[in-house]
Amino acid sequence: MTSADFNILLPEIVLAVFAMAALMFAVYTGKDRTAPAILWATAAIFLVLALFIGINGDGAQAAFGGLFVDDAFSRFAKILILVSAAAVLVMSHDYMAKRDLLRFEYPLLVALAAVGMMVMVSAGDLLVLYMGLELQSLSLYVVASLRRDSAKSTEAGLKYFVLGALSSGLLLYGASLTYGYAGTTEFAGIIGAATAEDLPLGLLFGLVFLVSGLAFKVSAVPFHMWTPDVYEGAPTPITAFFATAPKVAAMALFARLVHDAFGGITAEWGQIVAFLSVASMFLGAVAAIGQRDIKRLMAYSSINHMGFALMGLAAGTAFGVQAMLVYMAIYVTMNVGTFAFILSMSRDGRVVTDIRALNQYSKREPLKALAVLVLMFSLAGVPPLVGFFGKFYVLRAAVDADMAWLAVAGVIASVIALFYYLRIVYYMYFGEETEALDSGMAPTQWALLMVAAAVMVLGVVNLFGIEGPAAAAASALVD
Amino acid sequence: MQALATEYLPILLFLGVALGLGLVLMLAAMILAVRNPDPEKVSAYECGFNAFDDARMKFDVRFYLVSILFIIFDLEVAFLFPWAVAFRDIGDVGFWSMMVFLAVLTVGFAYEWKKGALEWE
Repeated sequence: MTSADFNILLPEIVLAVFAMAALMFAVYTGKDRTAPAILWATAAIFLVLALFIGINGDGAQAAFGGLFVDDAFSRFAKILILVSAAAVLVMSHDYMAKRDLLRFEYPLLVALAAVGMMVMVSAGDLLVLYMGLELQSLSLYVVASLRRDSAKSTEAGLKYFVLGALSSGLLLYGASLTYGYAGTTEFAGIIGAATAEDLPLGLLFGLVFLVSGLAFKVSAVPFHMWTPDVYEGAPTPITAFFATAPKVAAMALFARLVHDAFGGITAEWGQIVAFLSVASMFLGAVAAIGQRDIKRLMAYSSINHMGFALMGLAAGTAFGVQAMLVYMAIYVTMNVGTFAFILSMSRDGRVVTDIRALNQYSKREPLKALAVLVLMFSLAGVPPLVGFFGKFYVLRAAVDADMAWLAVAGVIASVIALFYYLRIVYYMYFGEETEALDSGMAPTQWALLMVAAAVMVLGVVNLFGIEGPAAAAASALVD
Repeated sequence: MQALATEYLPILLFLGVALGLGLVLMLAAMILAVRNPDPEKVSAYECGFNAFDDARMKFDVRFYLVSILFIIFDLEVAFLFPWAVAFRDIGDVGFWSMMVFLAVLTVGFAYEWKKGALEWE
């Protein structure tokens, strides 16, 4: 253990120390009066760290004897996590302050969750993986029930906690089986034991349990049941957070585990991931049709999108990982924009989540309605927009890996999903006359909505050059 | 694989015996025991009195909070003991690792104290 090890870990250490120092500062001074300052400071430090990781990172290094890995893949995921978490913090300020929810613990729990996520994506060992995952999950359980006097919010927190604990149990059981049959918890050692020629049955069981535990975290069908309830019950900014950074982290962790530890038996986990993918795509598409609550709808939408991202992973190739990363980056951008809009949905200051409240929205707010239209089309994957290229990428990865059936299933599912995205657009442009929503929108929310929508249109030129870093990240993971 | 499975045979046998014995004991009680319940037999027994009230009473959530806070520091000791026993072999790194851990825990303790979680009223 040398200073070189700590240098590799520097961003995580900085963020953790910041979170603890800010906690002490706030609780010994103004308590919740300091919350806005802490929120902005946390968002700023997220961006600074993202910049630092982007500029400073080079090559692949391992710290603490391979427990912690810093490579192009982990850096890509970390930057995505930090930037999206910063965006969510910035746009949540107005909503939280208006509803008296702005406690100083909120940005700090998000910061600690971010530390957990950064450890997750850099894990080179099953124990580090678990530690990062738990730090992230425990912080998320608490923020889910941030609105303590609301039965729905506390219910969301409890449900999330119970099911999260169950998934952690599955994961740990898988980890212990893997350790028992591979003789090590290090990914570098497991990959030597998990070879296609001589695969112990116990190791296969370990793999299945590990994948099930992770499927919970990315809310892939059939481990998705918590998602709609938690998304609906948690305060909306928290829902926005759940839908973005933790999904990236869990998906990156998924990719790292299956490639770094089980890269020798691609065919074995490929079929499991392909099943998760098909099931998520279809359930996400069909179950959202009956939803009138936009937060529940976004929950099923995220299940559907996770199905597509898993399709890239199921291909088991470097291009598949690249497609998955590009897809996640696009998905996060679309979600930040959409949730910036959902956060502003209110009537006389009260939160509105019924999509029918959007009736005739285009007459009153043509520009915002247009931005939401772009985002909805992009979420659905309608051709000229960036969302289409994300889908195109994963479909190509599946076809290249001789999984044409998976690609066909994806296309069918996305056509079904088109219906409920289009319905929102229909309400906005052709709906009946109803009571108007409040017209005000916080400048940060407005800016993020417009930026996200603009990215969806302008990104078609070259996807803002994200393919290069994604390819580098994928090749760091898969040879 | 074969050799490894053989190594784990004892635990499999143990599981089988545990399951079998448990089932036998439970089923035996169901099949063999003489059952003849009456209201006096099935009512709660409270030192010869009639039961005063329902045993499932609500009690203050603060007890729960205090016990949770206590458990955190209880668990800390579970880490301290092996650390203390192995102290001679783990060197500076081991020493400072534990100091960092304790410092993080102290931050949490200072937070809960200042936040008022330890106040009863």
